[in-house]
Amino acid sequence: MMEKTKIEPGFSSDAKKEPRRIVFITRNTSAKVKDERGPELMTYPHLLVREAIVFEVLIIAMVVLALFWDAPLEQLANPLLTPNPAKAPWYFLGLQELLHFFPPFVAGILIPTLILIALIVIPYFHVNVEGKPLWGEKASKRFAIVVGVTLGLLIVLAIFDAWTIIVPTVLVAALLVASYYSKASTGWLGNLRTKPLSWWVMTWFIATALCLTVVGTFFRGPGWSWVWPWGTHAG
Amino acid sequence: MATSFQTAVENLRATRVWKSIFRRGPAITNRTRSVAVFGNLFLHWLPVKVREKSLRVRAAYYLGSLSFLLFLILVITGFLLMFYYHPAAPNAYRDMKDLRFVVSNGVFLRNMHRIGAHLMVLLVFCHMFHVFYRGGYKPPHEFNWVIGVVLLLLTLFLSYTGYLLPWDQLAFWAVTVGTNIISAMPIIGSKVRFVALGGNIVGENALLRFYVLHVVILPLLAFLFIGVHFWRVQKDGGLTVRSKDDDGKN
Repeated sequence: MMEKTKIEPGFSSDAKKEPRRIVFITRNTSAKVKDERGPELMTYPHLLVREAIVFEVLIIAMVVLALFWDAPLEQLANPLLTPNPAKAPWYFLGLQELLHFFPPFVAGILIPTLILIALIVIPYFHVNVEGKPLWGEKASKRFAIVVGVTLGLLIVLAIFDAWTIIVPTVLVAALLVASYYSKASTGWLGNLRTKPLSWWVMTWFIATALCLTVVGTFFRGPGWSWVWPWGTHAG
Repeated sequence: MATSFQTAVENLRATRVWKSIFRRGPAITNRTRSVAVFGNLFLHWLPVKVREKSLRVRAAYYLGSLSFLLFLILVITGFLLMFYYHPAAPNAYRDMKDLRFVVSNGVFLRNMHRIGAHLMVLLVFCHMFHVFYRGGYKPPHEFNWVIGVVLLLLTLFLSYTGYLLPWDQLAFWAVTVGTNIISAMPIIGSKVRFVALGGNIVGENALLRFYVLHVVILPLLAFLFIGVHFWRVQKDGGLTVRSKDDDGKN
C-alpha cells in the first residue's frame, strides 16, 4: 500500500489535482460584477410573445401608413431634363449638403470613408471601452486640447462657409464648455459631466448629421439655395 | 366554448402528424420550453433563457427586432412586386403605372415596400446609435458591432439600389447625383462608376445591375450577415446589461 502513494501524478496522469482558483481582476471591475446576471426568464414564451406583439404593432402601423401615404411616381426618366434641385434619397442628403461646401473628393469620398473607419474602430480603442468621464483626471489639460481642436475645426469650417456644420458644432461645444465649468453633480448638467470623450464625439456627429440631413431635405431649393419648406418656389 | 377549443387543441397535439412536426410535448414545463427553442431551426440561435433586465423595453426598444422584421416584410412585399416588374427601360416605368392603375392593391403593395424601406434605414440608424449610447460595442461585443456596421452599409445599398427601380425622374436623378460622386475617387473613380452603372450614364444597363443587386446579391448578403449578427449576440453572452439598469425602473 505504501508503494502506491509514491507514484506522482504527471501530465499523462488522470489524477485529480488540487483545484487552483485564478481570478483576473481588471480595472474598474471585480469578479463579482461579472457574475451578476440577474434573474432569467424562459425565452419561450416570455421573449417570443413580446416579439410577436412588436411584430403585430409594426404591421398595423405600416398598413395604416401605407393606406394614407402614397409612394411618389414622377414622369418617365429623362436624361435630357434635369430637375432643379436633383436630390438623392433623404439619407444621403447630409452628404449632398456637404458637397455644397466642400470639393467632391472631400465631401463624397474622404468624409464618408473616415466616418466608416471611425465607426468600425470604436470598440478597439481602450479609451472608448473604459468610458471614463472626459473631465476626470488632467481635466484642465484636456479642456485646453478640446477647446483648441474645436476652434481649429470651426476656423476650417468658417473658411468653407459651412455654417450648417458650424451651428450644431457650436451648440455641442457650448454644452461641453458648460459641463466643464459646472459644479453640478446631479441634474442634466451633472449627468453631462460623467460623459466620456466617445459620447461627446458621437453626439456631435449625430447633431451634425441630423442638421445636414434636415437642411438638405427641407430647406434646399433650386441651385441648392435656401428655401422655406412652407414657401412656394418654382421647382 | 373555451373548453371545446382546448380539447380540440389537445386532440390536435395528440395526433401523429403534430408529434412528427414538433417532436415534443406541450410547452408547459421548462424542459419542453427549452426544446421549443433549441429544437427549432428558426429559433435555435436564441438562448433558452433571457435575462429579465434585457427583456425590458428600455434595454433595446426592440430596434434590432424591428429592423429584422422590416427586412422580412420587405422580402415578402419585394417578391410580390417582382411578379409585376421588368427591369428594362421604359417597361419598368409602365409597370409602376400598372401597379397604380391595373393591379389590385398595387398601390398598397408598393406603399408597404417603400415605407418599409425608409423605416428600415431609419431604425437601423436608431439601433446603431442606441447600441452606442448603451456601450453595447464594448468587449466581448466588438466584432458584432463591426458586423452591425456592415449591415448598416448593406441596408443603405439595398435602399439605394431599390430607389432606381421605378425608373421615373425622381429615381433617375437621385441615382445620377449619387453615382457622380464615385467619379471623385482619385485615379479609379470613373472606372468604378463605369462598373457600377454598366456604362457612362445611368441607363438600361444600370437598371439591370441595380435590379440584380437589389433582389439577389444584397438580400443574400444581408441574410448572411443578419445570421452572423444574431448568432454572435448569443455567443457573446446576450444583450449588454449595465449596472445602471439595477434601479428597478422599466
